[in-house]
Amino acid sequence: MRPDQEIIQRWIEPDSRVLDLGCGDGSLLANLKLTKKVKGTGLEIDSDKIQTCVERGLNVIEQNLDAGLWNFQTDSFDTVLLAQTLQALSHPDQLIDEMLRVGRKGIVTFPNFGNWKSRVYLSSKGRMPVSKFMPHAWYDTPNIHFCTVRDFDALCKEKNIRILERTVVDLKHEGSLSMRLLPNLLGEIAIYHIARS
Amino acid sequence: MPNDTTQLDATQTPTADAAIEAPESKDAPDSVGIVTPVSYHFDEPLLLRSGKTLLAYDLMVETYGELNAARSNAILICHALSGDHHAAGYHSATDSKPGWWDSAIGPGKAIDTTKFFVVALNNLGGCAGSTGPTSINPDTGKPYGPDFPVVTVRDWVKSQLQLMDRLAIKKWAAVVGGSLGGMQVQRWAISYPDRVANAVCIASAPKLSAQNIAFNEVARYSITSDPNFHAGRYLEHNTYPKQGLMLARMVGHITYLSDSAMRAKFGNAGSQLENTTRGNLGRDLRSGTLSFGLNVDFEVESYLHYQGERFSSNFDANSYLLMTKALDYFDPSVDYGNDLSKAFAGGDCKFLLVSFSTDWRFPPERSRELVETLLKAGREVTYLEVEADQGHDAFLMPIPRYINAMRGFLDNAYKELVNDAS
Repeated sequence: MRPDQEIIQRWIEPDSRVLDLGCGDGSLLANLKLTKKVKGTGLEIDSDKIQTCVERGLNVIEQNLDAGLWNFQTDSFDTVLLAQTLQALSHPDQLIDEMLRVGRKGIVTFPNFGNWKSRVYLSSKGRMPVSKFMPHAWYDTPNIHFCTVRDFDALCKEKNIRILERTVVDLKHEGSLSMRLLPNLLGEIAIYHIARS
Repeated sequence: MPNDTTQLDATQTPTADAAIEAPESKDAPDSVGIVTPVSYHFDEPLLLRSGKTLLAYDLMVETYGELNAARSNAILICHALSGDHHAAGYHSATDSKPGWWDSAIGPGKAIDTTKFFVVALNNLGGCAGSTGPTSINPDTGKPYGPDFPVVTVRDWVKSQLQLMDRLAIKKWAAVVGGSLGGMQVQRWAISYPDRVANAVCIASAPKLSAQNIAFNEVARYSITSDPNFHAGRYLEHNTYPKQGLMLARMVGHITYLSDSAMRAKFGNAGSQLENTTRGNLGRDLRSGTLSFGLNVDFEVESYLHYQGERFSSNFDANSYLLMTKALDYFDPSVDYGNDLSKAFAGGDCKFLLVSFSTDWRFPPERSRELVETLLKAGREVTYLEVEADQGHDAFLMPIPRYINAMRGFLDNAYKELVNDAS
């Protein structure tokens, strides 16, 4: 299992209800179902990934996150996951609100644009970073709302959202002491466990 | 709501001969082959939603595949407006067309008859062998005709439960249906939640909209205003309201197709007036020239005439009226303070819902309403919104995304029942 998934798994309570926004092929949900016996549902728009979820016996709903979570009741889930999808949303701030309406707690992971590699790329080349980490050119990227660890901290503060735990890992999804000390500079993927205040 | 095999041959025109269609698929390894319907008689009175009682009745049934020793692998197929028990396979070696859902039912198909025992029946009030308006009313010795009681989706499901008990099946591995069939699936999950493990509800809705009811009323009015209708006693007058049924079916057909499906279906040959399919809009001419009269000029006209003609000679008008009423009346929320989520609150069956992008009879919005309701009820639900040009008819078509999802869903249903047994 990917270390970021391991971190997420630690934060999920057994037998809880989990909603995975942008669940992809359902590997995380399948794992949580197996190890934590969660009652899970995923939202996805990619038809091949939806089919994989169906074949895995997962509940998956074809739904665009940009349309919001209007069809989900308040407090209907214990945890709402948003893994590596925040930066691709039209209104990430609104979806964060929706997540914490539908679920008591949320888990958000995103690529940290404040990482030193992005900073060096932008400051030395003067162009939008393109790398293995962020492989798309600025004009055809699905990632339209990049943010940094510090940006997300600020958003949580502004929205009065409690950060239960925050961790950063590198692209291999491994953490380190230096990363914990300088998360916005060294972290490549940020992982937040959040809740309503 | 269309549900007979006439829907499936997209290129059929009045000039085409049904008999020349390839019958070779009877021997195909993925066909259930030749099947024989069986009639089951029930003496237990059936109290109907209307308050009336059907003292005794028959249900015409086809089954495909083998019931396992635990009797746990049965799937019920619920038909739509004009369907019947003949869902798959052929009735004889000379039969030119398979059952209405042959594309989905068979060995290795999405509803896999090597794994499941598939049960399909003709609903009460129908005209394919189950008790309905053309059956003899024991009180009068004449056909029921208009005296056949109005039956609702709830009544159908009640009668399906009797059939289930007769077959000694405790729990359906799945109940599957599209359109009006999907409403029966919903009713099963609401009325008999302990008897259903999985529910597959395709291109359906929690209830009809005013527009849906309006189309049904046009169909009914065209039948009842036919001079040969004789207040529903046409059989006693040795006639039938052919014109009315034709018109009803023609209107129905327009609503089952999408604009894009009609453009494709009737725009392939390329019109003599406009050369490209793209600009043709489905305006293929029958004979190459306009008649400058009230004749049938365009292919779409002749298609509708053909479908209407075919249907009117095969379907009973009183049955059609009953089926449309069952559609109009369907609204399980009325017993639950108009909150459908309360109706679905009991039970633990899993749901698969599918809608089609160009279906304007039961559009995706209607399926999304159902998804929302099921989520509110805390139910497990999977939902797909499939891109398809065929309009409402898409639910009868072997559209890969839809068929694969149904297969994947039912494969898991099968794994569960195998695991439960071990």
